[in-house]
Amino acid sequence: MDTASPVVLNLSSALPEVVLFLSGLVLLVVGALREGEGAKGLSPFAVLVLLVVAAMILGGGQTAMVSLGGHFIFDGFAAFTKVVILVAAALSLLLARDYLIDEKVDRFEFPLLVLFAALGMCMMVSANSFIALYMGLELQSLAIYVLAAFQRDTLRSSEAGLKYFVLGSLASGMLLYGCSLVYGFTGTLRFDTLAAGFAIQGERGIDLQIGALVGLTFVAAGLAFKMAAVPFHMWTPDVYEGAPTPVTAFMASAPKVAAIALTLRVLMQPFGEWTDEWRQIVVFISVASMILGAFAAIGQTNFKRLMAYSGIGHVGYALIGLAAGTAGGIYGVLIYLVIYVAMTLGTFACIMMMRRGGRYVETIGDLSGLSTRQPMMALALAVFMFSLAGIPPLAGFFGKLYVFMAAVDAGLVPLAVIGVVTSVVGAYYYLRIVKVMYFDEPTEAFDGPNGLGLRLVAAGTAVFTVAFILLPGPFLNAAQNAAAALMTTP
Amino acid sequence: MNAVQLLLFYILALVCTASAVMVIASRNPVHSVLYLILAFFNAAGLFVLIGAEFLAMVLVVVYVGAVAVLFLFVVMMLDINFVEMREGFLQYLPVGALVGIILLVELMLVGGSWALADRTEVAAAPATVVMVEPAAPVAVPPEGGETAVVARRVRAEEVTNTQMLGAVLYTEYFYLFQAAGAILLVAIVGAITLTLRERPATKRQDIGRQVRRRPFESVELRKVKPRAGI
Repeated sequence: MDTASPVVLNLSSALPEVVLFLSGLVLLVVGALREGEGAKGLSPFAVLVLLVVAAMILGGGQTAMVSLGGHFIFDGFAAFTKVVILVAAALSLLLARDYLIDEKVDRFEFPLLVLFAALGMCMMVSANSFIALYMGLELQSLAIYVLAAFQRDTLRSSEAGLKYFVLGSLASGMLLYGCSLVYGFTGTLRFDTLAAGFAIQGERGIDLQIGALVGLTFVAAGLAFKMAAVPFHMWTPDVYEGAPTPVTAFMASAPKVAAIALTLRVLMQPFGEWTDEWRQIVVFISVASMILGAFAAIGQTNFKRLMAYSGIGHVGYALIGLAAGTAGGIYGVLIYLVIYVAMTLGTFACIMMMRRGGRYVETIGDLSGLSTRQPMMALALAVFMFSLAGIPPLAGFFGKLYVFMAAVDAGLVPLAVIGVVTSVVGAYYYLRIVKVMYFDEPTEAFDGPNGLGLRLVAAGTAVFTVAFILLPGPFLNAAQNAAAALMTTP
Repeated sequence: MNAVQLLLFYILALVCTASAVMVIASRNPVHSVLYLILAFFNAAGLFVLIGAEFLAMVLVVVYVGAVAVLFLFVVMMLDINFVEMREGFLQYLPVGALVGIILLVELMLVGGSWALADRTEVAAAPATVVMVEPAAPVAVPPEGGETAVVARRVRAEEVTNTQMLGAVLYTEYFYLFQAAGAILLVAIVGAITLTLRERPATKRQDIGRQVRRRPFESVELRKVKPRAGI
């Protein structure tokens, strides 16, 4: 019976996913049996599982391998992005603990849903066919729809969940439609087969089938929705504002990495032959996102809404590297994503420290004069704001530097120029927060002391942001290997 | 396709389209659902006609048996005023129709150009590259030993598609099958998370507690003095 094994039992490259899934099941049973325990009982285990799996990937080999009936691929690129996703998910869980207890939504499903969302994201970045892509995406989205509506007794949270669900279903529909067109016009759903076929087609000088191009456009639209890029960003501010803050922190970090990584894989591997065809789409999305992110955030008074627009802008910057379509560009995107995740989680940790009289506040005016009351928190937030604005020598500057350099190398100078200009515009609203904290009249202090998780995440990410300039070596190497892995089709 | 099949196709297709139109046109929502069931049955018939008997079966079992009946329940149990819901519905028609027409024209252009390209280029040059997935072996329990691995495309002609699906669902598509399971699990967890409410005020039967109860916990004997209450 050993003939069955090549297809079925080769789970070794998917071991991280298997471990995540099984631990999810175990935690589900434990949570259901231990009634009234809530999230605080299970969260530490979920964090542990996420970190252990990340360590497993870090410690394991990174030889490229296609397995599980050709639907699953493990390579250096998948390994790198998975580690980022898992760590981001673990940090989001750490952030959530106190918030859930304070808001009385401390239920054991929370860490579970985060765990399953992380599983979906890992499946996304390891997808080697359009079906696998869709499965991962749906698992991730479904968990996050529920998380967005987790505070089900508040109107805003339910609204956020419903809005995200309806618009997300629409995006899934577009994505599926695109997949079906690509399948209809090429005859395969697998990325490696597509890449090989397109390579031959390119050699013979045959154009991309127009139906496949339309399909690609629909797929790109669906993915743009998931990473909240203009013109598919409409849901972002409302959902970010309405969702519980730890969920917003999660949504702004890990899923964005997964969606962008998936887009990188789809465009660079199966459609790598047609860089010229999709570049205009990516350039448009990138420019539109940067401009909207820079200008729409100016008028915002709610910090979470501001972070939504900021996130839209940052997706635009990251996509500059993809538009370049070179190994250098992919390298830039990966570095950008890691730095963005660190800055975003740090900022949201600070937002969750904004608590007055037992209630969470989230307008920028509430930060007024923070530096005199809570100097450490003000300092951390200032670091994140400077870094998000891209001011050297903080990490955010290097993220932008690498993608701009890649764009210039690829001859996309106008794109880099637009990037620089929108960064300058964007710097205004980031620096306004610093000004409010340091120069405005102090108001009432925030409640203290904050939970250990919050302080840990805020301090850790702040240190990462500041110290990035000192120790980038191993990290840059890893990103370089990941980018190289994506450029070579297995 | 012989004449009988052709006739069947037109009958099924016609009834299917007509009942699909009635789903959105009929005023009574219950009628809509019934028309929907009719449409499902006809679509199942169409599937049988092209030899996809498994899909036909699933369509009837899942959509008619479960989904449509569920719809019926929802429509009947929730007292939704559909006439009220429809008010102002038509104001979106111009924009919706415009988008629909643009999309239709675009798709026709795509289809047209594809059809044209096929005819003109086939003669001149190899127009398209046929992409075939690398010979995916289907695991068939070995009987002779050497013939264990059988190419899928050869067998596809000989076996029914239910058999084919069975052969690949747990082998080649094992991963996706499990992934679908994970998605359904998350859907269940999500539905429970969002809707289950613990109501501490309501009385629930706890059989364990009932069994554990002892007489001295619930019955108290007191000496009551005459002419005095407790």
